[in-house]
Amino acid sequence: MAEPHSSSHEHKQGFWRTYWFSTDHKVIGIQYGITALLFLLFGFGLMLLMRWQLASPGVEIPLLGALTPEMYNQFGAMHGTIMVFLGIVPLAVGAFGNYVVPLQIGAPDMAFPRLNMASYHFFFWGGVVMLASFFVPEGAAKAGWTSYPPLADIETMGQTMWLWGMVLLITSSLLGAVNFITTIIQLRADGMTFFRMPFFVWAQFITAFLLLLAFPPLEAAGFLQLADRLLDTSFFLPSGLVTTDGPLEVAGGGSPLLWQHLFWFLAHPEVYVLILPAMGIVAEVLANNTRKPLWGYRLMVYSLIFLGFMSFIVWAHHMFITGMGTAISAFFQVTTMIISIPSVVILSALFITLWGGSIRFTVPMLFALGFLPMFGFGGLTGLPLGLAPTDIPLHDTYYVIGHFHYVVAPGTILAMFAGIYYWYPKITGRELNNTLGHIHFWGSIVSMNVIFFPMLIQGMAGVSRRLFDGGHTYSFSEGVMHYNVLMSVAAFALLAFQIPFLINFFMSLKRGRKTTRDNHWAATTLEWSATPTPPVPHGNFETVPTVYRGPYEYSVPGHATDFLSQDEASPPAAEAVAAEELVEA
Amino acid sequence: MSLQIPYEVTPRLDTGVNNAKLGIWLFLASEIMLFGGLFAAYVFLRMGADAWPGLEIYGTGEMATRADQILNVPLATLNTMILIASSMTMVMAWASLKMDNFSRYKLYMGITILLALGFLVVKAIEYGDKFDHHLYPATNNFLGVYFVLTGLHAIHVTGGIIVNAWFWGPGTKMWTQGTARDKAHFANRIEIAGLYWHFVDLVWIFLFPTIYLI
Repeated sequence: MAEPHSSSHEHKQGFWRTYWFSTDHKVIGIQYGITALLFLLFGFGLMLLMRWQLASPGVEIPLLGALTPEMYNQFGAMHGTIMVFLGIVPLAVGAFGNYVVPLQIGAPDMAFPRLNMASYHFFFWGGVVMLASFFVPEGAAKAGWTSYPPLADIETMGQTMWLWGMVLLITSSLLGAVNFITTIIQLRADGMTFFRMPFFVWAQFITAFLLLLAFPPLEAAGFLQLADRLLDTSFFLPSGLVTTDGPLEVAGGGSPLLWQHLFWFLAHPEVYVLILPAMGIVAEVLANNTRKPLWGYRLMVYSLIFLGFMSFIVWAHHMFITGMGTAISAFFQVTTMIISIPSVVILSALFITLWGGSIRFTVPMLFALGFLPMFGFGGLTGLPLGLAPTDIPLHDTYYVIGHFHYVVAPGTILAMFAGIYYWYPKITGRELNNTLGHIHFWGSIVSMNVIFFPMLIQGMAGVSRRLFDGGHTYSFSEGVMHYNVLMSVAAFALLAFQIPFLINFFMSLKRGRKTTRDNHWAATTLEWSATPTPPVPHGNFETVPTVYRGPYEYSVPGHATDFLSQDEASPPAAEAVAAEELVEA
Repeated sequence: MSLQIPYEVTPRLDTGVNNAKLGIWLFLASEIMLFGGLFAAYVFLRMGADAWPGLEIYGTGEMATRADQILNVPLATLNTMILIASSMTMVMAWASLKMDNFSRYKLYMGITILLALGFLVVKAIEYGDKFDHHLYPATNNFLGVYFVLTGLHAIHVTGGIIVNAWFWGPGTKMWTQGTARDKAHFANRIEIAGLYWHFVDLVWIFLFPTIYLI
């Protein structure tokens, strides 16, 4: 190993080493971000094809022709898989976590830079396998993103590809989680105690534990399903199963319910993997743009820890109608009601943070403000699904789709956009255009609501979530079928409102106004106050920062500016004045 | 790689560990969840089964009532001994490095690898015997659990052999040609590989009674 260089010394490395096989967490973060955004766009495209079909069943799509039921099922299953595992998680954790966490804790890089690189490449190839599955005989997986057996066990080859893709993605997230936890515990700068870490770092910390401990049981389930498909075992196949091809020739004796338990043991914590980093981003943006400390920082951290713990014992609320028994249902609906408390605490704390702030309505702040009511609404619509008596009629209807999408689309995705608008100047050294940002925000939030709110109405009317023709088969759903056109138009409008974002994102790289100072938003956390823009490659800081205070010291009385950075050794005079003022008050 | 990550070799004072030590424990925690999921699946399937193991004893036509009437307990006992012995030689290999005795390290690490290979040979004999009697993973869920759980464990053993073989062969350059810091780093790596190896051993110690004996 070469002797340590000064961190500002820049190395000349080849193209591949700099941009593709980089070990710099910032480059890996950008790789994750761009790949994830492309997957989000692709997954969104699948959904647009489905919405075309739902609004006008059987009408031919230009270039593609009329959708067949098989294609519709493939698109549905892959939309869910791609959005969750290849879009939002890599964006929230892989991109923002990778780029921001080491900077915010004052670390030169992640603890294991080469594992970090491996993690991206496992993710990338997992994505390639998922995409390739569209081209195998009879196409991609068709059993839904949940891959419930027995259907998934007897599915075509695409399902096997889905399982191998998941194994790669799980490996990627395992390497990432080990890396994040080790980095946060080991590489905090001098003075960066746990309770001086920005809330975003806390959110990533708890998220990493969820990824570390919840994913392996799904991997176990994945191996069992692979064995069912490739070795003809019957872990998930009950005896006496009959398909359209006649009785199934397997030993039987297995249990489809077993898959559901193992799947949801992952997939419920996964929901919090989707939402916690979003809360972290919103917390950063709110504190910065209200110019005051987060309200109840410690309370929020304790809620986060409690929430992470509870998320492991609520999984069976997805399974109330499987006949697993009322005693088990009772247990899981109690834990589900309990877990809503820390979520409400965090959301309330974020709302109270607004109180008395001198709010700057910047574009990231708009997205963060949009997140608050939308996530709240998503959470509230979830309550009827967490209680068995109300869940039974709503299960597997569009209500579930509406609820879930309120949490992740106008919830998490708005927060992701807040993060992009907030950290873009640090990453590129240029500002994003304000007007295009406003068009993007208002267009997106309105069209998202027009897409998802009617789903709740359709769901309460009893329309099932998986119907190829959107529900025309059943006469009872005729009363709510006209919403399908409205929702589909709104979905295409949502696509149109992403165009200003894309233009903004790429044009600003070259044409955006250059930022005039390293600390563009006048923020207190280390990624803004202690690094140049963009941060030093391979090492981050010109001098390693020392941390003197908590993360959100905005508007400190007596201080010359309205923010006091974490690494600023405050002049004693100012402290004394502040103390005097406090005494007088 | 020009960048030095802090606490790569020496422990951080307030946490008391270096990065790799923390990392491997986190990895092992996730491995516990993986095998935990599989053990849970085993319990779930067995509780729901009509009969367990649900197979005839070879050649007698009688239904087996216990797993040991189907599976080869003496061979599995031998394998348990082999793995425990290899865990001991693994510790001795690390201890030899700590005492700066490189040739003894090579000896103990070599024995560890040979024992692990022996474990796989015994496993192969066991599997072959099952196939000869037309007992396959698809036969029933008892055999499915047996093959998938022991198979996944055997993959972990194979992974350990690859890592240990690297540290026995080409990886030793770090010790033989390195500075004092590199030597300390190498010894740490053997400790980490050892932690993984003991975990693989421990998984077998749980697998043996749950699958073969009860």
